[in-house]
Amino acid sequence: MSTSAAPQQAASPRVERAWQVLHGVPDPEVPAISVTELGIVRELIAHDDGLEVVVTPTYSGCPATEVIAQSITDAIDAAGLGPARVTQRRAPAWTTDWITPEGREKLRAYGIAPPGSCAGDLAGAATSPIRLMARNVACPRCGSAQTERLSAFGSTACKALYRCLACREPFEHFKPI
Amino acid sequence: MTTTFAPLPTTASPSTSAASATAASIVFAPTPQHEYLLRIGDTCLIHAQRLAEWSGHAPILEEDIALTNLALDLVGQARALLTHVGLQTGFDEDQLAFLRDERDFRNFTLVELPGRRAGRDFADAVVRNLLVAAWMQVAWAALERSADLEVAAIAGKAIKESRYHVAHAADWVVRLGDGTDESARRMRRAVERLWPYTAELFETDAVDAEAARAGLGPMRLSLQPDWQAIVEPVFAEAGLALPAIGAFLSTGSRGVHSEHLGYVLAEMQTLQRSFPGGQW
Repeated sequence: MSTSAAPQQAASPRVERAWQVLHGVPDPEVPAISVTELGIVRELIAHDDGLEVVVTPTYSGCPATEVIAQSITDAIDAAGLGPARVTQRRAPAWTTDWITPEGREKLRAYGIAPPGSCAGDLAGAATSPIRLMARNVACPRCGSAQTERLSAFGSTACKALYRCLACREPFEHFKPI
Repeated sequence: MTTTFAPLPTTASPSTSAASATAASIVFAPTPQHEYLLRIGDTCLIHAQRLAEWSGHAPILEEDIALTNLALDLVGQARALLTHVGLQTGFDEDQLAFLRDERDFRNFTLVELPGRRAGRDFADAVVRNLLVAAWMQVAWAALERSADLEVAAIAGKAIKESRYHVAHAADWVVRLGDGTDESARRMRRAVERLWPYTAELFETDAVDAEAARAGLGPMRLSLQPDWQAIVEPVFAEAGLALPAIGAFLSTGSRGVHSEHLGYVLAEMQTLQRSFPGGQW
C-alpha cells in the first residue's frame, strides 16, 4: 500500500541517494538515532517538481515535528537532491516497533533503554490499565533486569524515567507505543 | 469589534509585529458533523489548557512533567481535529482555537471546571484525568472505525496516548483514594464535585444521531459501558464510592458553558486577540 501510489519506481538513483542522506539526519530530541532508524520516514517519491518525503508523526503533540521536517528538507537540499517537501501520513499510526534493530542498539549505547514489542503492552492495557508499565526494562548500562520506574513521563513525550537497582544509575526508557 | 479600533499606521507585516487592532471573532456556523468533531477536539484543547496550569506547581517534580506531557498529547490531538474541521470550513487551527467565542466551543463542561488557580485540589485533577482519559480511550477506539479516514487515522494515533493517560491517572486514583485518611477524604470530595458532570459524556442528541447516521462516529451513549468498565474497577480498588447520577446535566457540548470557560479562553486567546496573526 505504501509504495503502490508512487509515480516513479522506488529504485531511482535520486531516491536511493536521498535515502542515504536521510540515514544521516538525526532525530532532534534523540540525536543518537536518525529519522530513518526511528522509522518515521515511510516513503520517498520522486515527482517532476521535486522529492516528496512522507513522514508519519511519532506523538500527536510532539514539538519536534516541525524541526524534523525542516531538517529533512535542509539535508536533501544540501546534498543537491532538492527541492524536497515533507508530507504527513497519519495512518497506519507510528509504533516503536518500527525502530530498526540498528536504531535500538544505538539507543542502548546512548543510555536509553529501547522499547520492547508494544503488542504485549497493549494486550496488557486492555485487561489491566493500572499495570500497563509493569514490564521489566533492562538497564542499558549494566544489562541488569533489576530496575524500577521512577516516573512514567520523562524529558520528552516518548520516554519514561527508570533506575537500575544493580548499578544504581538512572536511565531513560523509550516507551513502547 | 475591530471596527471600533482604527488601525494605527504601520509598515510592519502583521505576521511579525503587533498589529494595532484586536482580532475579531470568526463567524462560525458548523454543521452537526463539525460540531461532533469539535466536541472531541475542544475537549482535548480545554483539558490541556487546564492541565497546563499545573506546570511548575504539581506536588512532585515527576507529576509536573507528567501533567504537562499529558497536556502536550492533548494539544496535538486537538490540533489534528481542529485542522481537519478547519479544512472543511475555511479556517486554520489557530483561528478555530483562538478566534472563536465561548458559545462556539463545544467541549464538555467537565474539562473547563476550575483547576489549580482557583484553589481546587490536586485530587480534582487526578479524578478528572481518569474520567476524561477513559472517555477519550473508548471514543478513539470507536473513531478508529470512522467513515472519515482522516478521523480514523487521528484516532489510531491518539488511542495509544490515551491508554497511557488512563494508566497514569488510574495509578494516582488508587494511590490517593487508598492512601491516607486525608488523601481519601480529599479524593471523595473531588469525586462528589466532578461526578455529576459525567452525565454529559453520555448524553444523546441530534448531533450524535447525525454523526452515527453518517458513520462519522459513535453515539456517546454507546460509549458508556466500555467507559464504566475502565473507571469503575479503578474507583473500587481505590475504595471510592461513586455517587448516583441525578437530574443535573451540563451543556458545554451544546455551547452553553459554565461561568468558568470565559476565563480559560481569556488567557488562552489573549495573544492572538491582541496581536492578530502573530507567530513565534
